[in-house]
Amino acid sequence: MKGAGGGWAHFWDAASNPEAVAALKLTLWLSAGVVAINALSGTAIAWVLVRDRFAGKGLVNALIDLPFALPTIVASLTLLALYSPRSEIGKHVAYTRIGLLLALLFVTLPFVVRTVQPVLLELDREMEEAAASLGAGRLAIFRRVVFPNLLPAVLSGVALAFARAIGEFGAVVLISGNRPFKTEVASLYIFGRVNTDPAGAAALSVELLVISLAVLLSIGGIRRWATRHDR
Amino acid sequence: MIGRYLLRFGALGYLGVVLLAPVALIFWRTFEHGWHPFWAAISNPDAVHALKLTLEVTLIAVPLNTVFGILCGLAIVRHRLPAMGLVNALVDLPLALSPVVVGLALILVYGPGGWLHGLPFKVLFSFPAILLATMFVSLPFVVREVVPVLREIGTDQEEAAATLGASSFATFRRITLPAIRWAVAYGVVLTMARSLGEFGAVSVVSGNVVGHTQTLTLYVQDAYANQFNETGAYSASVLLALLAIATLLLMTMFRPKEETRGDRGA
Repeated sequence: MKGAGGGWAHFWDAASNPEAVAALKLTLWLSAGVVAINALSGTAIAWVLVRDRFAGKGLVNALIDLPFALPTIVASLTLLALYSPRSEIGKHVAYTRIGLLLALLFVTLPFVVRTVQPVLLELDREMEEAAASLGAGRLAIFRRVVFPNLLPAVLSGVALAFARAIGEFGAVVLISGNRPFKTEVASLYIFGRVNTDPAGAAALSVELLVISLAVLLSIGGIRRWATRHDR
Repeated sequence: MIGRYLLRFGALGYLGVVLLAPVALIFWRTFEHGWHPFWAAISNPDAVHALKLTLEVTLIAVPLNTVFGILCGLAIVRHRLPAMGLVNALVDLPLALSPVVVGLALILVYGPGGWLHGLPFKVLFSFPAILLATMFVSLPFVVREVVPVLREIGTDQEEAAATLGASSFATFRRITLPAIRWAVAYGVVLTMARSLGEFGAVSVVSGNVVGHTQTLTLYVQDAYANQFNETGAYSASVLLALLAIATLLLMTMFRPKEETRGDRGA
């Protein structure tokens, strides 16, 4: 990339701009929150979709993919409609960090569900029954039998969610309010500087690129680790 | 039993709050005064032009990425060329890259001082840039769907066809293509969804000129944030959401029943 076109010192200057540092920090914190919440909610949703039985399950299963199909700008507008001052529910989280987190949770919802679901489907129930017959409690069964089997899927799901969250633009552009040091995430910082300060935009882009590549490689690593017994 | 219900309502409640409530509200806002404002907003010439541009880009990007996806999948799985491992990893890059970074990269390559600056036709802030950005972000989907299926079906039937004297093209058309057709169809649907909805990369490189280089997603943002035309923004959003729901139905139809892998990204 051309971010380093002016040499290291130049890159370092642009990258250590306090506004850029604040934007990157906020992005990483939000993405960490997205990872933590998705690990829990995604696993729970996958569990309910595989192990539970209720009317309308097929519909719920199809709805999970909605964030993949819905244009991100539409997601942004819908969230703003719900959480802006003139909204029916009276919760005003638009233009705050909570609003940003909700937008990112919306677009990353399918990742963990769709990685954990197939593993749960294939998981041998006999192992759990064996553990139960040996006197293990339900918590112990989940912790010692089910969880270790799900872990690689959960990890690769949250890695995908993390990669998506650090780069997301469309879903946050309307709801962020784009206040430097407060609600400006990395993608918005880059977008705002494409024409006025290309060097600054490129520097933060390179940082995002490096993080994305690291995440991509770690997903590959998780996949190899998970399938190490398969071949 | 209590735990089971708690988990069920917890999971469904989360879906309701994070996913369903916002989408339902946008439909409500659009149609709260009936069909007429929606229809008026949609038939506004700028909106019609934006829809047309979005459809044109999609109609070019999807076939190109489909052909590339099938060829690339075959190259990765069937021909163990030395660099294919790297290609396999690189194909995923658009999934992990911020759309804004994609747009910036295009500007650096085609803009003043870039490697491909000074082509005989205009790239940036016109149709080619929008197309390139859309193709870039929707590149991985067909490859990602085709590769695992190609691995799974193996080469037995293709080899049998070859020993019976079929040319490699006939083998591909009569054996390989029918075997991967559902994977291709699913990949095409995902590519289509992404092409119709791409916003970030396109907004960096398109120039966003109303009636010229404004796609439907850009129209939504422009109408809401700059024109204060809420009805226009909501109506165009509903149009995009309806396209998304149609896509969703196709996805549900084509998704392989047994395995719902999640790493198809968005």
